[in-house]
Amino acid sequence: MSNEKKPKPKKQPVGKVVKDRQRREFLRSAALTAGVVGFSLVGLVPPLSGASLRLRPPGAIKSPLDEEKFLAACIKCGQCVQVCPVEAIKLGDLLDGAGVGVPHIEPREQACDFSCDGLQCVLACPTGALTHELDFPADARMGFARLHKPKACLAVQGKGFKGKARGDDYDGKLRYTEIDRWSPIPVAEHPYDLEICDLCVRQCPIEQRIIECEEKKKEGQDRPTARVAMVIGHECPPKHAIEMRPIDRGDGVKRLKPTILDGCVGCGVCEMICPVGGDEPGEAAIVIDIHQNTDMRG
Amino acid sequence: MNYIKESLSQVLGNPPTRISKDEQPEELKRIYAGKKDKLKKADLDALEHHSHFMGKWMRRRWITLIIVNLLFVISYHFDVQLVEGAMTASRVVGFHFADLNSALQVMLAYKHVVLNLVIGTTTVFVLWLLLGGRTFCSWACPYHLLSEWAEYLHLWLVKKKIIKNRTFHHKTRAVFYLIFALLALLSGYTVFETISPTGIVSRAIIYGPGVALLWVGFLLLFEVFVSRRTWCRYVCPIGITYAAVGTLSPVRVEYNAEACHHEGDCRKVCLVPHVLDLTIRGRAHDVKQEITSDCTRCGMCVDICPTNSLNFKVKGLGKFLE
Repeated sequence: MSNEKKPKPKKQPVGKVVKDRQRREFLRSAALTAGVVGFSLVGLVPPLSGASLRLRPPGAIKSPLDEEKFLAACIKCGQCVQVCPVEAIKLGDLLDGAGVGVPHIEPREQACDFSCDGLQCVLACPTGALTHELDFPADARMGFARLHKPKACLAVQGKGFKGKARGDDYDGKLRYTEIDRWSPIPVAEHPYDLEICDLCVRQCPIEQRIIECEEKKKEGQDRPTARVAMVIGHECPPKHAIEMRPIDRGDGVKRLKPTILDGCVGCGVCEMICPVGGDEPGEAAIVIDIHQNTDMRG
Repeated sequence: MNYIKESLSQVLGNPPTRISKDEQPEELKRIYAGKKDKLKKADLDALEHHSHFMGKWMRRRWITLIIVNLLFVISYHFDVQLVEGAMTASRVVGFHFADLNSALQVMLAYKHVVLNLVIGTTTVFVLWLLLGGRTFCSWACPYHLLSEWAEYLHLWLVKKKIIKNRTFHHKTRAVFYLIFALLALLSGYTVFETISPTGIVSRAIIYGPGVALLWVGFLLLFEVFVSRRTWCRYVCPIGITYAAVGTLSPVRVEYNAEACHHEGDCRKVCLVPHVLDLTIRGRAHDVKQEITSDCTRCGMCVDICPTNSLNFKVKGLGKFLE
């Protein structure tokens, strides 16, 4: 603030101190850049090494073949999470690498049971990471079911099932058409009593759709809407996804084996409802293989 | 045109253009000349008591930012479909909204643009065009508020001489922008989204916390102990994207050199103080001059200015909102 005229300092070479400070600031900036970019690149390790593969929502750009494209297209907003009536969709965390904020499904916890009917998650997706190419649940290709532990399967052992499929504490939900067509209820509120266990077939959304179609057919075959649906490719009924095939071991016990068919969309309901095994992924007798799907099987 | 050029130059990290005394208009020169001995001790003392904390604009801004982020939470948890999604992309009463920087990252990585994304980007572009571009940063970004709180801690520590603030080169942010754009384009992954605290905090508020918050915590600690507002000042590409939008926006802060004391309180509270270099005595280009678009329109300078020399205005509508 002083306005006294000082003798003009002789022109000095750019101060060593200033130069030194600039040099240090430059080095700091380079370190910051390297640090932040380096950290962001660490996030690429899981997807590049294949560790980020998960069961994705219906319509996800086909994983695992195009996992990279799916991760690229997803804007990480979670709108698919918000519209799912059974809250099947979860968002990835930092340890999932480049998949932070990207949706996936843990079928053992909560599978996609298509109880929204209209593929709400696909409709909600703003970027096409869930492609709008599919119009109906039967078009989905999320994975393919596999009888993972045939020996543990109750049906293969010829056993029935009585009680709650996943115990009292399980909070997963399914839509039971006969109870409420429009809102899913907790599996724990719906005990079963089956002579021989067929839960994976009984609860399969595709199989349920087939039954629904057949009933509709009986009711009003000539309804114009039904015909329109047939014409635009909404197959009603869709192809069978899973069925029970009798097996004979010559011991007189009636045994059935769940057999997965071309109509399987990999939604994970069979893995979810399977009463065998604990709550951890992969413990059920039947699981979803994300490396396979109906199309790949030709 | 000049405003756009000057804004972009500053966004890229260049210092504000300086003009020689001869180029300054006569009236400005007269104002400067008339103020030579104006700032007396009494004036300075008066300024000491002027606090910007919880000033009018800060209050409005914090409330807006919190409401905006709460709308996401309320929309999801109470199923009122007002703002569904997260800060990166959402639907506002059914209309697609997509954060411009997130959308840009997706476009570069995916190399394919669906109609919904075009619609979402257009709506958001128009929204922030009307509201001021980087207004997004200070009025909507949830990380901004956390960072602002960290900043108070930082400033207190500096005042107590416990730590020293360290600065980075002003061009660092532009370098980051380029790197993240190239990374998305070349790797095919939206690399920046993995570490963007804006997306991480927004999703944590809406969908629940995750491990990713540790990264945000680390950033905040860095800002408290090492360098003031590191992320917003030197790293975040979102700021550059919105600053570009802001060059065309009518909402600006205007500086009036006439009553200015040049004491520099505004520069002390500013997130991007280089935009306020024109408040230094002798630096203005004109008596009235608009602050460039790197400004986040946070209003801190408007709040703290003891002489009312900085004010919001909407170009074409004149001064607004006192």
